[in-house]
Amino acid sequence: MADAVGTEEALRSEKRAILAGAWVDRLPAIIAVIGLISGWQFIVTVFDVPTYIAPSPIDVLAGFRDNAKILWLNFWPTLMEAIAGFLVGNTIAVLLAITFVHSRMAEKAFFPIAVFINTIPIIAVAPILVLIFGNGYTPKIVIAALICFFPTLVNMVRGLKAVSPATLDLMRVLSATQTEVFWKVRIQSSLPFLFAALKIASTTCVIGAIVGEWIGSSFGLGALIIEATYNFRSPLLYATVFMAALLAVTLFSIVTVAERRLIHWKSPAVE
Amino acid sequence: MASTATELKTEPTGQSHPDGSVAVAVDNLHVRFGSGASTVTALKGVSVDIAEGALVTMIGPSGCGKSTLLRAIADLAPASEGDIKVHGGSPRHARESRDFAFVFQDATLLPWRNAIDNVKLPLEVGGQGSNHADPEELLTLVGLKGREKALPDELSGGMRQRVAIARALVTRPRILLMDEPFGALDEITRDKLNEELLRIWTETGTTIMFVTHSIPEAAFLGQKVLVLAANPGTVKEYMPVDLPFPRNLAMRDTLEFIEITARLRKLLEEC
Ligand SMILES: Nc1ncnc2c1ncn2[C@@H]1O[C@H](COP(=O)(O)OP(=O)(O)OP(=O)(O)O)[C@@H](O)[C@H]1O
Ligand SMILES: [Mg+2]
Repeated sequence: MADAVGTEEALRSEKRAILAGAWVDRLPAIIAVIGLISGWQFIVTVFDVPTYIAPSPIDVLAGFRDNAKILWLNFWPTLMEAIAGFLVGNTIAVLLAITFVHSRMAEKAFFPIAVFINTIPIIAVAPILVLIFGNGYTPKIVIAALICFFPTLVNMVRGLKAVSPATLDLMRVLSATQTEVFWKVRIQSSLPFLFAALKIASTTCVIGAIVGEWIGSSFGLGALIIEATYNFRSPLLYATVFMAALLAVTLFSIVTVAERRLIHWKSPAVE
Repeated sequence: MASTATELKTEPTGQSHPDGSVAVAVDNLHVRFGSGASTVTALKGVSVDIAEGALVTMIGPSGCGKSTLLRAIADLAPASEGDIKVHGGSPRHARESRDFAFVFQDATLLPWRNAIDNVKLPLEVGGQGSNHADPEELLTLVGLKGREKALPDELSGGMRQRVAIARALVTRPRILLMDEPFGALDEITRDKLNEELLRIWTETGTTIMFVTHSIPEAAFLGQKVLVLAANPGTVKEYMPVDLPFPRNLAMRDTLEFIEITARLRKLLEEC
């Protein structure tokens, strides 16, 4: 018992050490960011760059303050589209991957189509989708979903197949059914692969939503970017871009936290 | 065949199955891989009887078909010709009724399951009946009491292999098929696990077929040693080991033991 308490305490102090270590690890990055922003401010001030060409960090901050309301108003649609696209695209990809792993026929029939869809530049399909789905949320969600779809499909197929032959032998000796192999082994061994893809998707879905909003949209961060550019409202443009980045970083962090919660074992399989 | 049974009967084994019944009967077994010009004959006309409750070790040059023989008995590799009977029935029937368990060279633990949950895996798949051993007791039996909650990557190689043995025993198999289970372990750990295996064998009365590359291990563990010759795999000799049970590590320094290993070494040189 005393032993268990001892190890727990050791664990806690170890965690503290790791946390402190994490800050020390990040210190160079933090200093670099502060340095870059100061440098940016310095150059803009010294060379007297006009605000519409490149606003200084202070101008951008003012842009945030002056446009807080329209920034928030346009933030929500983009957030909604990105999340909806993320969910739809990844769900379809995961379900399709499961189908592929269970049916060689399905894989042979549909994988080439998936590859073909992936080769079309998303910017090129966006107008087509807007023509088909109109001006509402739908085309943006579809574009965000499309952009998430392929990496997740490929990784998930890889993950579901990444079960060692020895483990499959073990399951066979145990007379496990395909369904049991799927639920007891394949799902778990695919998780590290899935999360590698979801991390990519968490940032690309934001790109998808914004690209969708570039084409004849009246709302969203994408539309705001177009509007601010045409009107030379550079501080607003920069502020919008930062909002978009913030959105992507937030989604990425959520996925990372979910990954840490779900995958508590070491997985050497994923690079 | 009859001589096999009588020999075993007269041996001082302390075993609970002295009735001379046969656990595994292999009759003129051929196993070939591939087809046409690239056919590999792994086993050619192998016949051997494993008495119920016996501990038989298998040794032979690399590629002589030891794993293949074990896998054929376990219904993991199909027989091209000949016949295998496990307790009088087909390997498939034996597999489905959980007559045997398999221990691989790698522990093949599921990395996301802790020790106790890995031991419980066989009880969760393959339509398991109610006759099973207590997983906690088994972990105690293999010397892992108190490490129930440890994940595989928190355990040493030897400990992982112990978990694998506990997992194999959880369904109370009548036959234990072990393919170089201690091959990747250091000598001290291996000695310890050898003694433990003998103890488990005495306590459970399980029939054990044990593949190894180590001559001392084959001699120390086996009531009989099955020596296979390579190219193609055939039975070279089915040699009884005239050492009394219970055995202990000190016996390996006796003249009798050294004579036995010398004989085995000579047989292997001829293979
Ligand atoms: N799945 C397979 N496909 C093709 N050939 C195989 C297969 N499994 C085994 N073989 C061949 O059968 C022969 C016997 O292999 P096996 O693995 O049984 O040997 P082994 O005695 O266990 O060797 P080792 O001591 O190295 O483990 C080898 O020539 C091997 O190349
Ligand atoms: Mg082998």
